[in-house]
Amino acid sequence: MSPPGVLVPGPFGIDPLVWVVLRLLIAVLLVVGLIFNGALLQILMERKLQAWAQDRVGPYHVGPWGLLQTFADALKLIGKEDVRSRFTDAAFFLTAPAITFTPMVAAWVVIPFAPGVQGIDINIGLLYLSSLGAMGVLGIVIAGWASNNKYSLIGGLRSAGQLISYEVPQILSLVTVVLLAGSLQLTKIATAQPGLQLNLFILPAAFLTYFIAALAETNRTPFDLPEAESELVAGYLTEYSGMRWGTFLALTEYGNVTIVSSIMTTLWLGGWNGPLVDQAPILGVLWFTLKVYVIIVAFMWIRLTLPRFRIDQLMNFCWKVLIPLTLTNLFVTATLKVALPAPWDLIAIGILNWGLVAAFIVLIPRLQRRRLERLRERLRTERERTLAPTA
Amino acid sequence: MPDYNLSYFYVFVFFAVGAFVVGALMTVSRIIAPRRPTPEKLRPYESGEEPIGQAWGRYPIHFYVFALLFVVFDVEVIFLFPWAVIFASLGWYGIVEMGVFIAILVVGLVYAWKKDALSWY
Repeated sequence: MSPPGVLVPGPFGIDPLVWVVLRLLIAVLLVVGLIFNGALLQILMERKLQAWAQDRVGPYHVGPWGLLQTFADALKLIGKEDVRSRFTDAAFFLTAPAITFTPMVAAWVVIPFAPGVQGIDINIGLLYLSSLGAMGVLGIVIAGWASNNKYSLIGGLRSAGQLISYEVPQILSLVTVVLLAGSLQLTKIATAQPGLQLNLFILPAAFLTYFIAALAETNRTPFDLPEAESELVAGYLTEYSGMRWGTFLALTEYGNVTIVSSIMTTLWLGGWNGPLVDQAPILGVLWFTLKVYVIIVAFMWIRLTLPRFRIDQLMNFCWKVLIPLTLTNLFVTATLKVALPAPWDLIAIGILNWGLVAAFIVLIPRLQRRRLERLRERLRTERERTLAPTA
Repeated sequence: MPDYNLSYFYVFVFFAVGAFVVGALMTVSRIIAPRRPTPEKLRPYESGEEPIGQAWGRYPIHFYVFALLFVVFDVEVIFLFPWAVIFASLGWYGIVEMGVFIAILVVGLVYAWKKDALSWY
């Protein structure tokens, strides 16, 4: 539980200087293990969930209950030929997977699994995470451009448009939480939610907007336009094959999903807090993992339920709904926090946020229906005008 | 509070590990995987057709419009982070200052909206 960084003697009387190195080594090995195993596990989970939802069995043959299926897939991917078409921009094409993968690995250093079980507790942890999230876009755009393939180019550009647009509501929702916690340090934000006083209950609107933006940032359905297989083959991944494809899609995508889920867990679900954590701090890791996986299952559930957005709907939804909503939420939250004394400000903010969520759920379909009616009306009048007999 | 140099060291090491893992995977794949290039295999994929021209050409203007709008809002967001951390001690002064700042940007958003810059056709 001692803050890492200040030279402290390690457990079992290990020399402080040795402990610093040893701790770093353990952190690196754990994170690499978590990324690989997380991807293997989550792919299997996703395929099984999809299978059950569609009344199928899912992976079944490799290993007991299909448990080794993704492991076999990974081995196959490593053994696959790495095809690179003649007209690609070699340097960028080859480094693009590394450019998306590296920030994803670097983000794990601040994820707080439990008090003390964290790479390092940077005081600007949240800013660090959001800046790394923005770096992943670069790799995707570079991949799309360097492939010299029309599908890849459109996929990469769409991805750029989508990711930069959804970054604004995403960060605005984060700032709303920072207002209440008063710190960018992830452990402080987690400990600012004692017991059941979770930010989820106080700031549900910010959670909702962050959740939607996170779906878009990780290219998950209904926001997977960059890799829309029915129109763009595989989007920016079209020219990639073998393990280069594997790093790009499987490792990076699932790693990013885990990271945004961890951010949501820390900021809105109280991080490692849970029953019996005070007695046995190591239980915190269990609670944290459990919460993260609940959110990941929600991601998969949404993929099973919703069809894909169209590009104009996607952009409209971000700029005309999410950004005004998050800006309003941020500003009103700040005002209420200053205007009211200690316990009342949280209650007022909570009531306002639940109101915003209700308004969001009720108003969006209504507005959409009105827009469609107007569009239909316009089409009808136009058709009547063109079909009208000219004298 | 962790020591700054140590924080940077951890972050740097994790970046290096990320790059190393990708490199290692590619190297293993290069050693194991077969390499049998044929002219057809090395052609850009275009649904099995002969590719027509290069892909490096012109693309719709919408992407630029949204990129420009994003630059404005991203700068705003960067200013919001430090404000959010210390705004409790600023009180009403902080609220009014940030309100003016956000209002100017909202006017820009409304202008773009009215000019149909946010529509994707």
